[in-house]
Formats: sequence, structure tokens, C-alpha cells
Amino acid sequence: MTIKERMSGNEAVAYAMKQIEPDVMAAFPITPSTEIPQYFSKYLANGLVNTEFIAVESEHSAMSACMGASAAGARATTATSSAGLAYMWEILYVVSASRLPVVMAVVNRALSGPININNDHSDSMGARDSGWIQLYSETNQEVYDNYIQAYLIAEATRLPVMVCQDGFITSHGVSNIELLEDKKVKDFVGDYVPENYMLKENSPMMAGPFATIPYYMEIKRAQAEAMNTSYEVIEKVATAFASLSGRSYSFFEEYMMEDAEVAIIIISSSAGTAKEAVNILRGEGKKVGLIKIRVFRPFPKERLTEALKGVNIVSVMDKADSYSGIGGPLYSDVKNSLYDEPNKPHVINYIYGLGGRDIKVEEFIHIFNDMINGTDLDDTYRYIGVRDKRGNI
Amino acid sequence: MKTRIDINTPWQDMTIGGEIYEPANSMDFNTGEWRRSRPITDWDKCTHCLFCVPFCPDSSIPVKNGARLDFDYDHCKGCGICAKACPFKAISMEMEG
Repeated sequence: MTIKERMSGNEAVAYAMKQIEPDVMAAFPITPSTEIPQYFSKYLANGLVNTEFIAVESEHSAMSACMGASAAGARATTATSSAGLAYMWEILYVVSASRLPVVMAVVNRALSGPININNDHSDSMGARDSGWIQLYSETNQEVYDNYIQAYLIAEATRLPVMVCQDGFITSHGVSNIELLEDKKVKDFVGDYVPENYMLKENSPMMAGPFATIPYYMEIKRAQAEAMNTSYEVIEKVATAFASLSGRSYSFFEEYMMEDAEVAIIIISSSAGTAKEAVNILRGEGKKVGLIKIRVFRPFPKERLTEALKGVNIVSVMDKADSYSGIGGPLYSDVKNSLYDEPNKPHVINYIYGLGGRDIKVEEFIHIFNDMINGTDLDDTYRYIGVRDKRGNI
Repeated sequence: MKTRIDINTPWQDMTIGGEIYEPANSMDFNTGEWRRSRPITDWDKCTHCLFCVPFCPDSSIPVKNGARLDFDYDHCKGCGICAKACPFKAISMEMEG
């Protein structure tokens, strides 16, 4: 029997954390993810979980504690945002290269500067090359479901997983949610029984050793292979989760894509706003559609290319710029994926929503109409929602 | 489970994350491959006083039957402490090629 509740995205993550009851939770508060350790420490104080909660002195230490705990054989988790994630940077790479299945809730917030506490994706997009699997969530329901699935994905691939949601928009926005019963979640994630771990009796082990020139590259190649072969694991876990919850997840969600001629590709909460624009334009008989990326790392190249067959123009929405001079991170990966296709769609990049700037239904309608009318198609790298002397869009 | 790796191990056979499952395995690895200068012993000057041995931070000066053997160049990092410590100036440091 599902439990109907209402809660914020932060509470949804903390609730899933309570149900999973990881061995170690190490965290340092930072807006907007602070509520996750806050809710969790309340569960702990009320005796609802037996987790070892480590109130560390920084995010660098939070990730280091997770690494140590994971190497020791524990299920370890943390939560962070923005500068907190940036401060973990060094250890993110050590955790993934050491192949430790740490799960982290990331509540996306702009990186400074200028200093800003609101939502965009610059924090986790900056960490896209750190060797972590990245799952993105549109709603509090999705972040709850993704967070539960993350443990099985991490432990089967031996890669760490970031579960991302939009700061304030879903982290603090309260909405309806269907929770699973505690026992169902516990049974789904099961006991964590690694083959080797540092506290295993009579089995000495060292994790994270120095690798000299003749070894480093082989270890990194093996790490790449773990990512390259993680697609199947992500799919299997989603299938198992669907039979448990009735909620299906793939690498991305396709919305009205069957006969779409123009489409938007987007990540996380703004997909909801864009879907409303799709509904309105579909009502006018326009063949528009949307793809919402759930799995950004590994990038679903083949499936995405397949989904875009028959689409003429795609607008890729990036809630982070990469200052490459040629467009944002999602745009680069979409365009890279399409390059070998004989009949590829034209691809345009929009940078939007930086530092919490809202994007409205009308703006998505504008983007769709520009594609339908073929306006300024050569301008493939543009901003939307920014004040512009030449006129705002 | 693969537990031993060496410089011929292909990436497919590496231990996961480079984990090490046996203690004291640095004996099997050339950890001195990044050395920039190497200590050379002038055996005419060396009196086998063994003063250098405890100064070596890396156990790279083997001793047999109370006498010094040549340096263990697989593990010597070329720090030069032995050359400074030697009372007979029997150790000199030479740049690696």
C-alpha cells in the first residue's frame, strides 16, 4: 500500500535516507541542502535510525569521511550544494577512482560568484567529469525514487552516484508524494555486503594507494569501463524499482515526442514549466515535444539519438554555462551524440535560469516558436531571460 | 579474485580501484621510478660503518652480514640524505639520465 504524503524535496531525501538507514551519514550544512542533515539528525535523535551521523567541520571532510567509511565496508552518504560540492572536489575524484559506492544528495545551487544562493546547475555540471554517475530529478517524487535507486546502482557498478534536484524549487517546495513502506525500501536496497572491505576480518586490504606511471592509466581505463557499462545496471535497477513502486524511469523522459518536429531538451524542475508550453502548443496543433534528461552521467548517447530521429530542430536548455565559447555542457554532449547521424537535427543552445532566474511558460513558447518559424537558426549559443539592450527575450 | 598486479597487467585485470589485498607488497613495485638523482657509492671510501642505513627514510640500503650492499634503486627516491650523512663522503649524488 502506498503512503500518500506531502513534503519538500529535502524532506523526501531525508525520509528515503531514514528508510534505507545507511551506516554512515557525514554532512556539513549549506543552503539549500541543510534541511537534509537537519531532518536526518532529528530522526537520529528520536531513535528512528541507527546510522552513525558525523557532524564534520567541512564538506571536504564530509566526502573524506564518506570515503573512509565506504572503504571500511559501510554504506555511506552525504548531502551538499554549490560551494560545498566545490569544496569536495578533490575527494570526489578519489572516491570514484577508488570505486567506492558513496551516494550523495546534491541540491543544485549556483556556484559563486557573484555569491548567490539560488538554483542553477553550475555546481553538479562542474563535477560532470569527476567519474560520478549523475541522476537529475524534476520533482520531489523523482528525487525520492532516484535516491532509493542510487544505492543499488552505486553498489552494482562500484561507482559513486549523485542524486540532484533543484535548490528551493523542489528542495523547499512542498508537494504531494507517494512514499513506499519502510520494509519495502529496506528489502529493495537489501544489505550491503561488499566482497572486500578494510574492516573485513583476516583480510588485510588497502584502498586508495599511490599509483605510479605504469599503473595509473590502467586504473583510469578500468574506471572508464565501469561508467561505459553502467547503462545496463541503471536500466535493471529502474525495472526492479518499477515493479516495486509502479513508477517507471529511463535515461530520460520523452514528452509528446512521437511525432515531434521540434523539441526541447532540459534537465530537472524547469521541465515541468516547459511541458506546460508543450501542452499549449499541442493544443494549437503544433508538433512540439520535450526530452527531460534523468541520467546525465553516463550520457545516454544512443538512446537520445534514437529518440531524436525525425526531429528537425532541437533547443538544448543549459542551466549552467561552461564558458567554452561554444555553449553549455548539455548542449555539447547532445551535439556530440548527434554528430555521426546522417540526418541530424539542427541544434541550438539556450543558457537559462542562472542564479535562480525564473523561466516562464511564455519563454518556452517563444523558444518553440523560434524553432517552428526558423528564426535566427544560425545563432546556436544564446541566453534567454537576460536583460539585453538589443531587446529581451 | 585478482590480487597480484605488475607492470604487464592489462587494465582489464587490475584490482578494482587499485585496491591492495596483501600487506607489504611495495617490495614488488618499482616506487623509485620518479627519482631525479641517484646515490653512487665509492667503495674505496666506504668503511661499512652503516651510519647511512638508519638515515635512509625508505629502507633502500640493504645490509648483509654486517656489510653494506648496493642501493635498492627500485625504492630509492634520490633524497640524498645518505650522501649528507656519510662521514667518509663515500656517497655522491648523480643526476639520472
